[in-house]
Amino acid sequence: MSPDDVFKYILGFISGIVVLTLFLMVLELFRYSLPVLSLKFIFGINWNPVVGSEEYGILPYILGTLVTSAIAIFVGVPISLGIAIYLSEMAPNFIRTILSFVIELLAAVPSVIYGLWGLFIFRFWVRDFIEVPLSKHLAFIPIFQGEPFGLDILTAGLILAIMIIPTVSSVSREVLMAVPDSQREAAYSLGATKWEVIRLGVLSYAKSGIVGAAILGLGRAIGETMAVTMVIGNAIGPAALPTSLFKAGQTMASLIANEFNEADPTSLHPNALIGVGLILFVLALTINLLAQLLIWRILKIKEGAVE
Amino acid sequence: MDNELISLGSKAGSQQKYGRTYKIEIENLSAWFGTKQVLKDINMKIRANAITAIIGPSGCGKSTLIRCLNRMHELVPSAKVSGKVFLDGIDIYSKNVDPVVVRRKVGMVFQKPNPFPTMSIYDNVAAGLKLNGIRDRKVLDKLVRRSLEQAWLWDEVKDDLDKPGSSLSGGQQQRLCIARALAVEPEVLLLDEPTSALDPIAASKIEQLIVSLKRDYTIVIVTHNMQQAARVADYTAFLYLGKLIEYDETSRIFSNPKEELTENYIAGRFG
Amino acid sequence: MQKYLIRKIKDKIVYAVCLICVIIAIIPLGSILFEVIKNGLPALNSDFFTKGPGPIGESGGGIANSIQGTLILIGLTSLIGIPIGIMSGIYLAEHGNNQFGRIVRLTNNVLMQFPSIVIGIFAYLVIVLPIGSFSPLAGAIALAIIMVPIITRTTEESLKLVPNTLREASMALGIRRWRTTVSIVLVSAKSGVITGIMLSIARVAGETAPLIMTILGSQWFFSGLTEPMDALTLRIWRLSLLPYEYAHTMGWGAALVLIILVLSLNVSARILTRSRYRVKV
Ligand SMILES: Nc1ncnc2c1ncn2[C@@H]1O[C@H](COP(=O)(O)OP(=O)(O)OP(=O)(O)O)[C@@H](O)[C@H]1O
Ligand SMILES: [Mg+2]
Repeated sequence: MSPDDVFKYILGFISGIVVLTLFLMVLELFRYSLPVLSLKFIFGINWNPVVGSEEYGILPYILGTLVTSAIAIFVGVPISLGIAIYLSEMAPNFIRTILSFVIELLAAVPSVIYGLWGLFIFRFWVRDFIEVPLSKHLAFIPIFQGEPFGLDILTAGLILAIMIIPTVSSVSREVLMAVPDSQREAAYSLGATKWEVIRLGVLSYAKSGIVGAAILGLGRAIGETMAVTMVIGNAIGPAALPTSLFKAGQTMASLIANEFNEADPTSLHPNALIGVGLILFVLALTINLLAQLLIWRILKIKEGAVE
Repeated sequence: MDNELISLGSKAGSQQKYGRTYKIEIENLSAWFGTKQVLKDINMKIRANAITAIIGPSGCGKSTLIRCLNRMHELVPSAKVSGKVFLDGIDIYSKNVDPVVVRRKVGMVFQKPNPFPTMSIYDNVAAGLKLNGIRDRKVLDKLVRRSLEQAWLWDEVKDDLDKPGSSLSGGQQQRLCIARALAVEPEVLLLDEPTSALDPIAASKIEQLIVSLKRDYTIVIVTHNMQQAARVADYTAFLYLGKLIEYDETSRIFSNPKEELTENYIAGRFG
Repeated sequence: MQKYLIRKIKDKIVYAVCLICVIIAIIPLGSILFEVIKNGLPALNSDFFTKGPGPIGESGGGIANSIQGTLILIGLTSLIGIPIGIMSGIYLAEHGNNQFGRIVRLTNNVLMQFPSIVIGIFAYLVIVLPIGSFSPLAGAIALAIIMVPIITRTTEESLKLVPNTLREASMALGIRRWRTTVSIVLVSAKSGVITGIMLSIARVAGETAPLIMTILGSQWFFSGLTEPMDALTLRIWRLSLLPYEYAHTMGWGAALVLIILVLSLNVSARILTRSRYRVKV
């Protein structure tokens, strides 16, 4: 073997470590959660780590994750798309540079600081400006029932919405910028206004990439831990079922963060938490692969590899 | 008539414009990209219901010139224009004229076919109509069919109207783009090297199509191909380094050019 | 005519809506920076930077042990993550045009967006359980799994920007491929690689979740690789949960320190390369 080959194989081996890590991760998570894995684990709603009467059902946390992520997507994706459209189609060059920078900073803020801000500041915004008015006027709708407190599912969902904006908006912006100018020109030449150009020439072309960006945001929201843990109120068992937006809840990630260090190693409690981790793993992996696929396809078109 | 350009709504097709010999009059038109001047003081009158070809070596400003005729040039961030372009006697660059209305009256077809790939063939043609508020399915059906027939595409696609526009061949896509442009009933049709991305057979079909359209439209076509200009155009303009060197009846330009530059270019001595 | 007016109004509305979206996104950032500075500044004094925390419930003390922990974590993580990241980046850029390369790239992309708490559990299972104690090493390994994909991606992208003519010129001189890669290609791409390293450090410095089950958090300064250790992020979290005013002030103070660390790394990374190598983290 020539030195060049040796070099190449060493590098190849090293770069394979991540693949190995991912494999090992599934294996280990699976191994440790095996004792608790059952249908009752996934569909149960009771959570009792007391040895002797142990019971682990994680449905409330799965739902908590799904509901908070759904709020994040419903609120965060349209805003992100607006930002992406502004940045790629409307903003003058210098504003675009500054704004992209600001949004990158938003992405750089550590999640525990979002949590701190959520706990002491944002929570009161949500309570006073959103929850109180909603519960005053729309309390007959079940999801708006309960005393507004600000440490609940809605706040968690909204803070997630803020946190996914940088990812979703910058990926969508890239997708929009990958739309060839000939598409915009086609719309312009029909006598379209700016918005019609965006709608006909840009958005319809970039649809699947935008969906990809949204799914990427979903992946982010599902796995996000600290900020959610700090504002969601951390309910347990049936109480954590997300029946109202104004109720304390719990996500899979926040459950792990809250309980991991308190779990008695002689009980099944750690295994149950690792099982939650496994479900989170599977969910995140699926979502991520789907997003990669969609985004990769549309960015590929730009490079001219696919027509 | 002033109002017509400023507002929208008149359906005045070019047929109603009998009597006006010149559809477009270009006066002292100059254009820039940044500080680079790419059109220099162009003066030119384009006849109604005729085909005018613009020829010249690559980079001489042909595309820029026709993009100035529907105010597409200014969409490039650094681009600038000065001078006047009269459409039916109204300067499209005057302050109270809306470029969106200009573009609705002056349609354009591009070098590379650019159908909206995610839309069906039907929706591609209907896109411009829907912008103008036509929603009635029956009216749309009729206009889509008429436009596709005008573009000689109807027979080939009438059973596949809901297939995506990108599923057609290159030549069909280009005719789809022509149908899409025709659907909104423009008065002028600008074509920027519409056949250069196509094979000879598809190209010849498009050429014949263009000739058939001149009865209803004023047509300006940019082409690299001098035989093409000779075959289809009634008038030909020769552009060189941003200047209009010569502009005359096609037969005159090709048989008896006044300028030596034109003669050299046509003889294939440069470009 | 009327229809056209409606179209124009719609156009303006969309513009306004997009602008509002931008503003909505900026407000949290502005508020976070404002609050962290406003509430954090009062916490800063010399004790804050030199002492560990006092007894719970009593004000006073500092976060020096947390800062130390974060720095140790950054050091250990970099020791593991930077070499692996750079090497796999080189592999992908120079030899990665095959099935294996695509799998590696996909894995890195997936890990880049992966729930970090799951990575924490993994480090717990493979390090903490076998050695029987919480350990800075476990924390570093978890963070390295987060760091590697970022460095790999930036390295690959900046290496790909190096023109091929440079490689050819070097090899034409009879220099071996691997020497060319290391001393010509890597060197001319170094600012991009350094940017990636800085961004990845900023990212791991702000991680909390994977530290919970790996280093646990501690009142004390670093005392060995088989003992629990503290970190800024963990400290912020724990302080925020305490029912004392002073603890919250210290939490904001710690947040101020953390945000200065993270943002300055980010800003200098961007200035260093002036957005030539843009990477999503
Ligand atoms: N977006 C742009 N920015 C800057 N300069 C441009 C731009 N587009 C064109 N140019 C320059 O303007 C000049 C005229 O370009 P134009 O596209 O009008 O030429 P053309 O005659 O259509 O050429 P071709 O036959 O190659 O299509 C060229 O020198 C070109 O380099
Ligand atoms: Mg051209």
